[in-house]
Amino acid sequence: MQGEKRWQGPVKGNEQEKDYNGRMADLHGGKLVGAGVIKKDAMALVTGKPVYTDDLAPASCLVVKVLRSPHAHALIREIDISRARQVRGIECILTWKDVPGKRFTLAGQTYPEPSPYDRLILDQRVRFVGDAAAIVAGETEEAVDQAMKLIKIDYQVLEPVLDPRKAKDNPILVHPEDNWKSLVPVGADNRRNLCASGCEGHGDVEEVLRGCAHVIDETYHVKANQQAMMETFRAYSYLDTYGRLNVVASTQVPFHARRILANALDIPKSKVRIIKPRIGGGFGAKQTVVAEIYPAAVTWMTGKPAKMVYSRYESQIASSPRHEMEVRVRLGADREGMIQAIDVYTLSNTGAYGEHGPTTVGLSGHKSIPLYRTKAFRFSYDVVYTNRMSAGAYRGYGATQGIFAVESAVNELADRLSMDPVKLREKNMVRQGDVMDAYYGERANSCALDRCMARAAEMIGWKDKFPCRDMGNGKVRGVGVAMAMQGSSISNVDVGSVSIKVNDDGFYVMTVGCTDMGTGCDTILAQMAADCLDCSYEDIVVYGTDTDLSPYDSGSYASSTTYLTGMAVVKTCQVLREKIVKKAAEYLECSEDLVEFDGKKARCLENGREITLKEIGNRSMCANEDSLSACESHSSPVSPPPFMAGMAEVEVDLETGQTELVDYVAVVDCGTVINPHLARVQTEGGLAQGIGMALYEDVTYTDSGRMMENSFMQYKLPSRLDVGKIRVEFEPSYEPTGPFGAKSIGEIVINTPSPAIASAVYHASGARIRELPITAEKICRRIHPEVFGELRK
Amino acid sequence: MKIDFQLNGKPVQAEIQADTMLLELVRSLGAFSVKRGCETSNCGLCTVMVEGKPVLSCSVLAARVQGKEVTTLEGLQEEAEEAGRYLAQEGGEQCGYCSPGFLMMVLAMERELDHPGEEEIKEYLAGNLCRCSGYMSQLRAVTKYLNRKGAD
Repeated sequence: MQGEKRWQGPVKGNEQEKDYNGRMADLHGGKLVGAGVIKKDAMALVTGKPVYTDDLAPASCLVVKVLRSPHAHALIREIDISRARQVRGIECILTWKDVPGKRFTLAGQTYPEPSPYDRLILDQRVRFVGDAAAIVAGETEEAVDQAMKLIKIDYQVLEPVLDPRKAKDNPILVHPEDNWKSLVPVGADNRRNLCASGCEGHGDVEEVLRGCAHVIDETYHVKANQQAMMETFRAYSYLDTYGRLNVVASTQVPFHARRILANALDIPKSKVRIIKPRIGGGFGAKQTVVAEIYPAAVTWMTGKPAKMVYSRYESQIASSPRHEMEVRVRLGADREGMIQAIDVYTLSNTGAYGEHGPTTVGLSGHKSIPLYRTKAFRFSYDVVYTNRMSAGAYRGYGATQGIFAVESAVNELADRLSMDPVKLREKNMVRQGDVMDAYYGERANSCALDRCMARAAEMIGWKDKFPCRDMGNGKVRGVGVAMAMQGSSISNVDVGSVSIKVNDDGFYVMTVGCTDMGTGCDTILAQMAADCLDCSYEDIVVYGTDTDLSPYDSGSYASSTTYLTGMAVVKTCQVLREKIVKKAAEYLECSEDLVEFDGKKARCLENGREITLKEIGNRSMCANEDSLSACESHSSPVSPPPFMAGMAEVEVDLETGQTELVDYVAVVDCGTVINPHLARVQTEGGLAQGIGMALYEDVTYTDSGRMMENSFMQYKLPSRLDVGKIRVEFEPSYEPTGPFGAKSIGEIVINTPSPAIASAVYHASGARIRELPITAEKICRRIHPEVFGELRK
Repeated sequence: MKIDFQLNGKPVQAEIQADTMLLELVRSLGAFSVKRGCETSNCGLCTVMVEGKPVLSCSVLAARVQGKEVTTLEGLQEEAEEAGRYLAQEGGEQCGYCSPGFLMMVLAMERELDHPGEEEIKEYLAGNLCRCSGYMSQLRAVTKYLNRKGAD
């Protein structure tokens, strides 16, 4: 089979998209911000053009695979690769003896990373079932598969630490090594299996709780859900003309990936270049450099192009899923239901390595407690190492786990008070102008949470449906509610940048450092730029992302791109406009302050002369010393939360516990909505993932530490038959620090389904489920304990 | 072994192994719209048509298309653009990775079913997973696409 690459030519019918986008803009008074334009890359994607990593990889790439440990904890006594090496077509086999001994982290975070440096490319100690034991590269997949079978590893099998509840101060250490290091004081201690720990608070929680008429004290458990983006982890690498390592990767964090690969291979950062093509989904999974190190190591050592494509099986067992968390909530209220204090303790399981461990846990308190006005709060946590698959970043990033716990506790409080949970929230929720003690003391400058709640209740018909309705056929329908918040970028850390230049005929090229992973950020940033520069959407060409060409951007994570990189667009356009005006003044022989630029042409108010942008662009390419380009960065001292309310209606079969989601409504305050179509689909998609997490997606382990849900056959992603009806509306506020008043949308949307559905199930059936997913079996065991008691006998 | 078949209307001869899957074969011949999302025939991303009927190319041996007509989205560009535009107008393609397999199924459904209702549409497309969109935008797009003639 001869590899053959064919680009089928440009997508025809561009005019039709242009007309449609024009109509969308006209609906918004000629403005692009607020218009539901088609994504820049949409037509290439829907017609199946070869624009993803594996479509672009040269056919000459070596095939790279990883031989993985069958043991949860073991030391490699010996690896015999002599026979494997003899297989025809095998280029190289790497073991722990062949890689640098300096530890690093795969977490895509700003340096110095809070995640501990606890990894090697290959280690003598393997720490979970699926951990890398050897890297094999060869000319064909057949050769590599054959060689993998011929590698003989003599393991000294060790007892693993599998239970996160027993991990802290366990005599068995996951990371006993001396060169483990933590760069940031996050309360980490490898001698105690601690990846992070800490405690913070405001007021005297114990004192306030003692005075409360009602205290809910319960523990909630969220599993290590998989992001399960449709395109698994993958990358290919090659050396360029200058002997530099070029890596084309499906990543959310090109600039962090550059640093991480340089660290891992112990080579200068100047030797590494990362290019991001189109990405087939990320959801945080690709904020960890899961696959890139393997082909990169092969290319660096052999000089040959190499490619690694994770199978779905590998993506399920050896990747970067959500942190499993067990969250204990103590929630106190007075007789009238005024919430007085919230005390949250989170036990987070980071698994074998600490990627995102110290930071995800923070959100479990910081993004749940501030939803309520309280007199006092406390938030404490331990993040422990275990011999399970290491965790990473998944949409919501700890907020999801914390909100499931706190919102469930609030729902339990409402039930105990026999109070409508919507009314209880109306009494206690954060309001615009409030200072949020548990959220770094930030003020909620834009908050339409009250309006979101009122509208959601209206949409679902809460008054008529709460708490439940007997359908008369053994099935009962119940409703449940939850609220959520998230942030918009990491305050005082994240950086967003863009550069824009004027070209001949006056079109613009905007180069971005953030990473569109299907979310549409290339598009919404172009919408903002078009409004700032008074041009059409089609006049902005967007290019991203390449660490050699793009301006520095921390990457697309932490709900930062619209808010932060969007602000960088606004700033860059301002500077560029000034430069255009200055150049126009020169050409018009006019003083700068008398030049008026309307996006199409510049006019001198004094002498009446005009020059078009097209002419400026063309003339600037001859005898010109002023570059018509600008590049600005933005960082924010605050991280304004988007807010939302979600409501679920479920139907539970009281005989079997079988539960069907009937209806889900959500109303979101993400500030100004930049593109209503993309914001809506972000929300619908996030809700569907949240629904999957609430009802279907289970993660279980065997006693020896093997993960059972290792394919889509066992790990049940919701299909279109499983999500009921999802309905979304927006209640915009205006965020003064955001571009055009915008906040974030990407992550918050996954947070409400679990607590809302859990409460709806309780209202329908009386079964209180505090561990996800909420399966028919769990419900049935609650409703019919006697049946299961008999079965056990 | 050698096989002869039609790929997107053109005769093709290819050298294959006994265990080569149709997915690998068509990608090696430049049909990059065909994606793999799993290896357990759960996701629908690798959908192609054999003799006009949709199949999961990850689960069909390449040898079985000897003498047959195989169609991928590369061979249905005009239809893909037309149906795809409805998806794009909803913002429903998102990462786009499942779009080709999904649209193959939509085009197959259009040929097979006469005026399908909402439940029929969902049933027909149930094997096509999407992790980005939450499916609602896809349903809006498909409904508008199928009703396009009435609307014109």
